[in-house]
Amino acid sequence: MIKNKSTETISIAIMALLFLFVGIFQSWSLSLSILNMCIISAIMSMGINMQWGYAGIFNVGIMGFTALGGLAAVLVSYSPVGEAWRVGGRGMITSLILLIATVFLIIFINKRFKNNKKKYWLIAFIIIVGIIIINIFYRPSVHAIEAVNPAISGFLGGLGLPIIFSWVVGGLFAAGVAFIIGKITLGLRSDYLAIATLGISEIIIAVLKHEDWLSRGVKNVIGLKRPVPYEINLQQTDWFISFVSFFNKTSLERITDSSDRQLYLTNLVIDASGIFVKLCYAGLFSIVLLIILYLANKAQISPWGRMMRAIRDNEVSANAMGKDIVKRHLHIFVIGSAVVGISGAMLITLDGLFTPASFQPLRYTFLIWIMVIVGGTGNNLGGILGGFIIWFVWIEAAPASQFIIENLTSGLAPDNKFKLHLLDSIPYFRYLIMGSILLLIMRFRPKGILPEKIRYS
Amino acid sequence: MIDFLNAIVVLLNFVFIPALSYGSQLALGALGVSFIYAILRFANFAHGELMSFGAMTTILITWFFQSYGINLGILPTALLAIPFSIFFTIILCLLTNRLVFRYYRIKKSAPVVIAMASIGVMFVVNAIIRIIIGPNDKKFFDGQKFIIKAKQFKEMTGLNEGLALKSTQVITIFITIVLLIFLFWFLQKTKTGKSMRAFSDNEDLALLSGINPEKVVFITWLIVGTLACVAGTLYGLDKSYKPFTYLGLVLPIFASAIVGGIGSPVGAVVGGYVIAFSEIMITYAYKKFLKYILPENLEPSGLVQLLSTDYKFAVSFSILVIVLLVRPSGIFKGRTL
Repeated sequence: MIKNKSTETISIAIMALLFLFVGIFQSWSLSLSILNMCIISAIMSMGINMQWGYAGIFNVGIMGFTALGGLAAVLVSYSPVGEAWRVGGRGMITSLILLIATVFLIIFINKRFKNNKKKYWLIAFIIIVGIIIINIFYRPSVHAIEAVNPAISGFLGGLGLPIIFSWVVGGLFAAGVAFIIGKITLGLRSDYLAIATLGISEIIIAVLKHEDWLSRGVKNVIGLKRPVPYEINLQQTDWFISFVSFFNKTSLERITDSSDRQLYLTNLVIDASGIFVKLCYAGLFSIVLLIILYLANKAQISPWGRMMRAIRDNEVSANAMGKDIVKRHLHIFVIGSAVVGISGAMLITLDGLFTPASFQPLRYTFLIWIMVIVGGTGNNLGGILGGFIIWFVWIEAAPASQFIIENLTSGLAPDNKFKLHLLDSIPYFRYLIMGSILLLIMRFRPKGILPEKIRYS
Repeated sequence: MIDFLNAIVVLLNFVFIPALSYGSQLALGALGVSFIYAILRFANFAHGELMSFGAMTTILITWFFQSYGINLGILPTALLAIPFSIFFTIILCLLTNRLVFRYYRIKKSAPVVIAMASIGVMFVVNAIIRIIIGPNDKKFFDGQKFIIKAKQFKEMTGLNEGLALKSTQVITIFITIVLLIFLFWFLQKTKTGKSMRAFSDNEDLALLSGINPEKVVFITWLIVGTLACVAGTLYGLDKSYKPFTYLGLVLPIFASAIVGGIGSPVGAVVGGYVIAFSEIMITYAYKKFLKYILPENLEPSGLVQLLSTDYKFAVSFSILVIVLLVRPSGIFKGRTL
C-alpha cells in the first residue's frame, strides 16, 4: 500500500527542475557539483535513516564515521612511503599487536570474572601497564616516521591501489569502529547513546588531526588519485575533441575564420572536460546510490526489516517475542555506519584531498540529521530526497540570502554600517535557514516530506 | 622540605586552580542541562549555544558600558553587565520554550524527538550569534588581571615556583559558590523549589496535587537561563570568547551531568569537578612536579604526560563510558528513564 506516490513524483520533479534552473541561470558546472555532493549527502542520510528510521538509534557521531571513510580513501590510494615503512614499520606493527593483545586480555578478564567488582582494578592496572609497554615501541617509531621528509610525506602512506576500492574499505572501517562502539554503548538509553557517539566522533577527529604518522594530521593529504580521467588529459584526447566539435557543429560552422574557430573550440573543450569529469563522478556515485537504495528497500520489506520496526515501535513486546534487542540494534548500527563510511570515502574521492581539520560537527553531523528529519524517517527515498534538498539549500542559501539582503537594504547607503555588517555575515544565514527548516518540518510535518510507508498485510 | 613545597605550588598553579575554575564553569553548565533534563525531560543540545548567547550579550553590554566610561575599577566591567545579559538570555530561553519546546511538552513527545528539536534551536541560536557578533575572537576583560602574580608570590615566599592567581579564577569560583548556595536553598526550602522537585520526581502526581506545570517550566527556564548566561560569561572571561568553542563544551557538560547522575543537581556539580579535574590531571605533564619530589638520579627524561592535551575529549568521554558501564545512573543516583 503506497499512499504518497504523488508526493514522491512531485518532489522528485521539483528537485530535477531546481538542478535545471541552476544549470541555466548559474552554470552547468555548478549544478553538477551540487548534484555530486547531493548524492553523497543522500547516501549519508540513508545510512542514518537506517539507524533512526528502522531502529530508532540516535547516532550523533556521523562526522567520525565520515572521517573514517576519508581515512580509508587515503590509506587505500596513496602510494606507500617505503622509507617510512623501513624506519618505523616494524615498531608500528609490534605496537599494533601489543594493543590487540591488551584488548583481548581485558575482554578475557572481563568474561572470566563476570560478577567480581574487583575486576575493574585489575583491568585498570592492565590498561596502564599496556599503555607503558606499547609506548616503548610506539613513540620511537612515530618519531622516525614523522622525520621522513616531513614536507611532503612524513607518514606511512597507503597501499597505492585504485581509490575506488576505498569505498568498500571505508565502509569496513566505519563498520569495525561502529561494532566496537556499539558493543560498549548500545545497551544504554537513546540520549546517552547520542552523547557517547558524539564523544567518539570527536575522538576520531582528534586522532586523525594529531597522529601524523597515520594521516599527516593537520598537514593534510593532497593529490589523491582519481577514479575518473583528469581534465587536462581529456583536453588533449582526440576523440574527446571530435566529440565536442560534433555536438557544437552548427555554432562552429557559423564562425568563418579558422583561427577564431580553433580558439572557440578550445574553450568549448575546456568547459566540456570539466563537465565530463563531473558527469563521470555523478555516474559512479549514482551507481552506488542505486545499489544501496535497492538493498535498503529489499531489507526494509524483508522479515528482518519487519522485526526492526517491531523493535523500534515497542521494545518490550519485541523482547517478549524473543528478539534480542541489543544484538539487532548492533546489526543496524554497524550497517548504517558502514553506509556513512562509504559516503565518507566517496566525499574524499570527490575532493581529492583529506583535511581532518575541516570536519565540523555542525556540517558533518547535525546537517545530516536535518536531512534525515526533513526527508522522512523510515523511508529510504525520503532519506535521499532529504539529502538532495538540504544540500541544495545549504549551497544556494548564501546567494539567496545575499540577494534578499541586498534588496531589503537597497534604500540604505552603500557604506552603511548595518548593511555592510549584514553582508559580511551572509555565510551564517544558512545556519539560520537550516535550523528554521528543521523546526518547521518537525512541527508541521513531523514524519518528514515523504513519510514512512505503512504496509498492511 | 622546600622541594616538597615547590612541588605543591607547581600542582596548585597548573592543576588545582585551573581545574577548580574550569570545573566551576562545567558545573554551572551541567546544572542547566540537568535541570532541563529533570523538569522538561530531554537532552538539550542547544545549551552550549545558550551559554554562548549569554556571553555575547554580556560582551555587547560591557562594550556599551565601556563606551560611556562606566567600569568597576579593579573588577571586570562584565560583572556589571551580567544581570542585564541574564535578562536577555532568559528572554531567549522563554522564546524557545514558547515557540518550540512547549508544543512537544504538551504533546508528550519522546525525549529523543525534543532533543532533535533542540538541534534546530542550536542551529538558529548559533546563526544569530554569528550574525550579531561574528565568528572571531572577542576580548572583553578589563580591570586587574592578576590577584597574585607569579613573581610577587616568589618574592613573598622565597620559593622557586610562582603561584599566579588570576582574578577571573577567583571570580569564577566565588560566583559559583554563591549561585550554588542560593540554588540549593531555593530547591530545599522554598515552596516553588519543592514543587519543582515534586514535578521532577513524578509529573502526574505533581499535577494531581495542583502544581501548575506552566509555572514550574517557567521557573526552570529562569534558572537555566541564569546558569547558562553566568557559565558562558565566566568561561569567556577566563579563556577568551570564541563562538565555536561553546559547541565543543557540549560534550564535557553532558559528560559532567551524566557522570554525576542526570537530573540530580548535586550530581551535576560533582560531575563537573570530576570531569574538569580528571581532564587536567591526565593531560598535565608531570615533569616539573616529579623533578622536585624525586631524588636527582631518578629525574624523568620525558614529559611524564599520560595523554597529550589534544585528546582531552577522550578523557571526559572515557570517564563517561566507564561510569555508564559500572554505574549507569551516575555517581548520585539520577533518574533512569
